[in-house]
Amino acid sequence: MLELFTQFFVDLADNHPRWNFIFFYEPRQWARIVKGLQYTLVLSFACVIFSVIIGVVGAWLQGSPSVWVRRCVQGYIQFFRNTPPFVQLLFFYFALGQFTPSVTGPDGWTEIPIISNVGWAIISLSFFAGAFNVEIFRSGIEAVPESTQEAADALGFSRLQTYTEVVLPLAFRVSLPALNNNLVNLVKTTTQAIGIAVPELLYQCVSIWNDYPSALYPTMLLLFVSFIVLVGILVLGMSRWERAMRIPGYGG
Amino acid sequence: MNATQWDPTRPIISIVDVHKSFGDLEVLKGVSIDVMKGEVICIIGPSGSGKSTLIRCINALNDIQSGSITVEGLEVHDAKLDKLALRRKVGMVFQQYNLFPHKTALENVMMAPIKVLKEPRDEVETRARALIKKVRLEGKEDSYPGELSGGQQQRVAIARSLAMNPDVMLFDEVTAALDPETVKEVLVTIKDLAEEGMTCLLVTHEMGFAREIADHIYFTDRGVIVEHGPPETFFDDAKDPRTREFLSQIL
Repeated sequence: MLELFTQFFVDLADNHPRWNFIFFYEPRQWARIVKGLQYTLVLSFACVIFSVIIGVVGAWLQGSPSVWVRRCVQGYIQFFRNTPPFVQLLFFYFALGQFTPSVTGPDGWTEIPIISNVGWAIISLSFFAGAFNVEIFRSGIEAVPESTQEAADALGFSRLQTYTEVVLPLAFRVSLPALNNNLVNLVKTTTQAIGIAVPELLYQCVSIWNDYPSALYPTMLLLFVSFIVLVGILVLGMSRWERAMRIPGYGG
Repeated sequence: MNATQWDPTRPIISIVDVHKSFGDLEVLKGVSIDVMKGEVICIIGPSGSGKSTLIRCINALNDIQSGSITVEGLEVHDAKLDKLALRRKVGMVFQQYNLFPHKTALENVMMAPIKVLKEPRDEVETRARALIKKVRLEGKEDSYPGELSGGQQQRVAIARSLAMNPDVMLFDEVTAALDPETVKEVLVTIKDLAEEGMTCLLVTHEMGFAREIADHIYFTDRGVIVEHGPPETFFDDAKDPRTREFLSQIL
């Protein structure tokens, strides 16, 4: 069965030189794709988690009584929202990366920075998407009636308890559709990690079509299909979650 | 400063010459009220007369500009007030119920004792179920606020407040947002509480109810207390022309 499959693509490449699906019959190229997919999944997963955490914490700090805390959050949002994510990525890796300590590798002379390029990609993309998430959660928080928070206040809840027990669970539900969009964008933006040589899916695909120009179209096709599936899974998961969190008799 | 200084023969709530402004608008212009333990006080008056503001000042939801408010020896006007200590003593029920819509009726009642008082879950649950029964909502424990009528939600809100074992209950126009047919069930619940000896302060427009349950009635207009007295003399023998005009309009 598998032989039939590979033979089909070998024949296809022979008969149509522009459609060389080399990764379907050459194990080394297939391994590159698998590795790329793994990195893309790790990047996406880590950035989704961290950016949501940044959004939740940032939105809380935005309600801080201290004007300086609020200004810092506002400055963070302005910087990360209004500059290109690719430039941020380069800045984090090439500029900030200079100042992080490194350790000596096992061979005794190479210097390995403690934050790898993958680490920097996760940090920079999380901060980028996190800035949008702060704004998304803030709009959700604004939809929670003041009077509901007042009730928590009157019951003796602290500001943090009111946030985690009452405001956030309600704001989250309101924010989900907008959050959904931003996370979809984030997953797609992980391809920019190619700029600092993170061997994710785009990086591997570019390597393959550089090595085998006849594989250009098929590799691009693979990229599109992979992201459609990946984002599809995310959207499906989010809409299931949205449904599971629906409160009887509340909202739409 | 601390609660142990409070002597039960003195008023449980003492409001002395309280002034409160929102910007340039002075809402309370020197209000004084004493409430003894177990007393039921009704505050009535036209809209905008400062009734709700006054009651909200008692549990520090609004701060005051001058004067003093003392609840069981706790000085509410003090900037260093331990708000948690105050809110354990004072329960509050709002006009719009303000239940937590993402929690069931039972969870609404259980939340504060578990999160704020850090009491064990099973003890709280026993108490919460008893309170839900007390407000006559047995069988509605697992309903969400959105599935309950206004009157039912308001009774859950009362149970939620009682779960903190307060010494004083504040009711801020709690029937004003209700359908006429559900007003009674809420009033009956409040009456039960009053008869059990709970100290209650009510801001209300339900004159018949005020007359029935209040030990003392205060009439406020434009930020001052115009007249006060026990219900019989207040309703039948009002002295001040403003009180008489107000009563003639609504009775």
